[in-house]
Amino acid sequence: MPRLTAGERHTVRFTLNGRAVEAQAEPRMLLTDFLRHELGATGTHVGCEHGVCGACTVEIDGVPARSCLTLAVQTDGASIRTVEGLAPEPGRLSVLQEAFRRHHALQCGFCTAGILMSLDNYLRRQPNPSEHELREFLGGHICRCTGYVPIVAAAMDAARRLRESPSDV
Amino acid sequence: MSAANSSTQWCGQSVERVEDAALLTGRGRFIDDLATKPGTLHAAILRSPHGHARLAAIRTDAARALPGIAAVLTGDDIRKLSASLVVGVKAPVECWPIATDRVRYVGEPVAVVVATSRYIAEDALDLIEVDYDTLPAIVDPVAALNPTQPVLHDGLKSNLASERTFRYGEPEEAFTEAAHRIAVTIRYPRNSCTPMETYGLVAEYDPGEDAYDVLANFMGPFSLHAVMARALKVPGNRFRLRTPPDSGGSFGVKQGVFPYIVLMGVAARVTGQPVKWIEDRLEHLAASVSATNRVTTLKAAVDSDGRVRALDWDQLEDVGAHIRAPEPATLYRMHGNLTGAYDIRHVSVRNRVVLTNKTPTGLNRGFGGPQVYYALERLMQRIAVELKLDPVEVIRRNLIPSGAFPYRTATGALLDSGDYVKAFGLALQDGGFAELRQRQATARAEGRLYGIGLTAAVEPSVSNMGYITTVLTPDERRKAGPKNGAQATATISLDPLGGVTVHVSSVPQGQGHRTVLAQIVADDLGLKPSDIRVVTDFDSARDAWSIASGNYSSRFAAAVGGAAKLASGKIKAKLARTAAAQLNVAADDIEFAGGKVRARGNPDNALPFSRLAATSHWSPGLVPEENQALRETAFWSPTQLTAPTEGDEINSSLCHGFIFDFCGVEIDRVTGAARIDKYVTMHDCGTILHPGMVAGQVTGGFAHAVGAALYEEYAYGDDGSFLTGTFADYLVPTTMEVPAPVILHYETPSPFTPLGAKGVGEGNCMSTPVCLANAVADALGLDAIDLPLTPAKLAAHIHGAESTPPQQERPALAAGKGRALHGAGEAHVNASADAVWRMLLDPNTLATIIPGAHGVEKLSDTHFRADVTLGVGPVTGRYKADIRLSDLDAPRAVTLTGIVTGALGDARGAGRITLTPDEAGTRVAYDYDAAIGGKVASIGGRLLDGAAKVVIRQFFAALVRHTGGAPAKRGLFARLFGRDT
Ligand code: FES
Ligand code: FES
Repeated sequence: MPRLTAGERHTVRFTLNGRAVEAQAEPRMLLTDFLRHELGATGTHVGCEHGVCGACTVEIDGVPARSCLTLAVQTDGASIRTVEGLAPEPGRLSVLQEAFRRHHALQCGFCTAGILMSLDNYLRRQPNPSEHELREFLGGHICRCTGYVPIVAAAMDAARRLRESPSDV
Repeated sequence: MSAANSSTQWCGQSVERVEDAALLTGRGRFIDDLATKPGTLHAAILRSPHGHARLAAIRTDAARALPGIAAVLTGDDIRKLSASLVVGVKAPVECWPIATDRVRYVGEPVAVVVATSRYIAEDALDLIEVDYDTLPAIVDPVAALNPTQPVLHDGLKSNLASERTFRYGEPEEAFTEAAHRIAVTIRYPRNSCTPMETYGLVAEYDPGEDAYDVLANFMGPFSLHAVMARALKVPGNRFRLRTPPDSGGSFGVKQGVFPYIVLMGVAARVTGQPVKWIEDRLEHLAASVSATNRVTTLKAAVDSDGRVRALDWDQLEDVGAHIRAPEPATLYRMHGNLTGAYDIRHVSVRNRVVLTNKTPTGLNRGFGGPQVYYALERLMQRIAVELKLDPVEVIRRNLIPSGAFPYRTATGALLDSGDYVKAFGLALQDGGFAELRQRQATARAEGRLYGIGLTAAVEPSVSNMGYITTVLTPDERRKAGPKNGAQATATISLDPLGGVTVHVSSVPQGQGHRTVLAQIVADDLGLKPSDIRVVTDFDSARDAWSIASGNYSSRFAAAVGGAAKLASGKIKAKLARTAAAQLNVAADDIEFAGGKVRARGNPDNALPFSRLAATSHWSPGLVPEENQALRETAFWSPTQLTAPTEGDEINSSLCHGFIFDFCGVEIDRVTGAARIDKYVTMHDCGTILHPGMVAGQVTGGFAHAVGAALYEEYAYGDDGSFLTGTFADYLVPTTMEVPAPVILHYETPSPFTPLGAKGVGEGNCMSTPVCLANAVADALGLDAIDLPLTPAKLAAHIHGAESTPPQQERPALAAGKGRALHGAGEAHVNASADAVWRMLLDPNTLATIIPGAHGVEKLSDTHFRADVTLGVGPVTGRYKADIRLSDLDAPRAVTLTGIVTGALGDARGAGRITLTPDEAGTRVAYDYDAAIGGKVASIGGRLLDGAAKVVIRQFFAALVRHTGGAPAKRGLFARLFGRDT
């Protein structure tokens, strides 16, 4: 790891949703601020900035992570996925996103990006969760609008559809 | 049963939301997502760590000197360029968006830094030095009334800001005559709905026009537009307020952005550049907006069969440190509904509003309803218990009878529609109440703690602006002029290709207004929702709006949806006349269906809608003036919302939904944790426009209510310190805590709204907390129980209060004000008393011996200031220490008085040091009292006591080292310091 100097800006390069990106960041800059304000990827949201709410969840090298607890410089060279990378193509939604829309699993949509990122990863690892397992997994996210009922329904529905036609995304 | 069944086709369906594709793909446009102008500056706010203190001095030079800082503003700067926010009661008090003379709650803004980046602005906050002369804090609303307590505002004689009494019917007679008098006293705690997106805004000022332009995720009510324009000292037309297209939830809370709009407006004016401010979560929890806490005693005059004849309300409302507009509205929002869903004709009320050292209150989902129903429905359960009646029967006997609607309540509300008895019966039957009782019997037979709770409630929506004037006497109201009514607006425009656009000023925060409005207008014009584009981002300089506009009091479906229908009707009537001329039929025979405008009964005689809709663009010369159809705005104002009468009767809201809930709750005998086993909620919210969204409002409100009932409380220490400043302390429920409620509906359309719809968004916040509390009281056999129903609280009821852990120290200093510490000890140093004396008075020596000191500044011979880094348990923080020497008796004794302040809290103490020469040098003895407040005080006394001892020990150890002498025998040293208590 290169030596970094506080107060100086360093070039950070990584792959964002399959595309190489780079920008400058001080060592103290959070990954949330870097994604949103340096790279313009504003789909990732900041709900608490202290690691509790899950709104800022992104995937770093295949693992879901709180981007508000990550420094941008830590991710140099990584591969990062954010909500902007979930849809298979412009104008089409993923199976999970579709299920969210069908079940009204979002209201304000502020928590949604983080929940989608967590679920997208989880359903690949655990394609057939029980409702209890799913709820337990989602316990790391706060949504203040929906009361969670439709989120759980959407996730269960998406899991079923993905099991039935695994080639879908 | 729907009002407009025959003509609807899109309304009533759970169509997919137009909002969702963008939100699901990360293309939302929330305030912090939008591009700003080059040169936009960023603000950060320094906030008070004290609940109550006088601002002695603020030193900002070091902060200003930091590169990248454009301005540092304090209360004085804000006062120069703005005026106090108007206050809603007749009292000589001011309300500024920043502290001016005193801080009155933890989190109150003290200074604003504006810089080229947020990171730099926050760096500068650390460089601002504030001298606080702390004052005793008032946290308890009852204690605040005590005349010996300090008064928060100089203009007031006491902390009581408003008091009114009311009398309806013959309550005294009813209380004398009734067989029983039953009462409850409750303390409703503070909580907040904490939307996931915090406050945010970008403010600009144009000196050429003396005009402000602010983009903020404010939610209304736009009555506050007038408050803000006045505070900024410009006419309304020079204060342009806009909202971003998306807003991440509000639940009332984003009303509280408005003081910051004023603050940052001034910052933009001073710096000459746009200023952006995004609140962080810690700021939000400490200082955005809280619901009121309230102490209520509610008495009932009851017949032997459980019929309630009269109610006597005594409500003490705690609005926090300032009466910030629109408070004290929380107290009066329910005034017409103080008899709930019941037919009770005699009511007396005493309402008092008190100020305390807590965050100012404001809108919050439920707004006054949770506080009222907690008292009323706890009372109904107590009536059943005390009279040994079935609680189901007590509710049934008191419900407003079928066929009585519209029904005028004793306090003045006109309940628009309903059949409460029927809906209640259906809920018991379809919700499986009999089975629930069986479940309870089985559980109890097995020795488990299982209770059932019930709640009936009326959910008001579309508020009457006049209700707040009930806080004034009829005489004061006459002088002020009448204020009443509601107003909703909607605008519909046709474009040159025949497309339809709808504009409203309803400012949604995720409720799906765009989808529902498209459904309503599509139905009216015979189109598909996808043909209609709806714009909900608001612009006060462009849109039709009134002071009643905004997203509050569950007014969307009933009021704004209705206004859209009226606007559509206006444009449709014009189009129909133009079509009639072209199709050679009477206008009455024109119908709009399937994207066509056609002659009724002859579908081939038709025009495409889009062609007709474009006519006034392309051939205005052919269209008579009265048929020109480009843009229509409808203003809807219901006549039922009249001003308070001379007798203080007030129809506080237009629509009234009915709710009946019941639930089964099991309490874990060991942990005290409450588990919701079953929850049934019946709603009559009038005509349902979108079942999916109604369900979402119910489950969302229910989750808020579960949080308020079981976990959430904005907690304060006795010294005014704020104890729940993170999402790890203020616990909001997750998927694991919120079960799926069973939702039932019974629809009676409102006769007072264009679509028959009523509000539905707040009901469960009103009904559910008390329903769960009733179940818990039933499970544990409790007479009284206050929220939140935390496991610790319930476990104490099950096992008896935990015995207090053995206390090693608890001396009297500052008793009840934070945590008190006392200690004494001595050390021997190898230097003369004169030498030790000089060291104690020398900043350079102090800098080397004060643990963690980064440098000591000498302000006078007896006054020092130091920056210190201290660790308390796992938490290391930077503190400012202010140390004064007094009672100097050179070289024998000196008193050290110190205040240490930091983000985690503060410590203050005094210690007497005595120097006694002995053979080998000097014996240094000390004796101190200290009190610790703020967040650190809440993290556990043992840690603190340990930390204090370590710090003091280090101080003397360093002093000993500094004299060059080895400490006296190590064993002795340790033994002497072991005397610390
Ligand atoms: S913003 Fe990262 S967890 Fe809340
Ligand atoms: S949809 Fe608003 S917070 Fe989850």
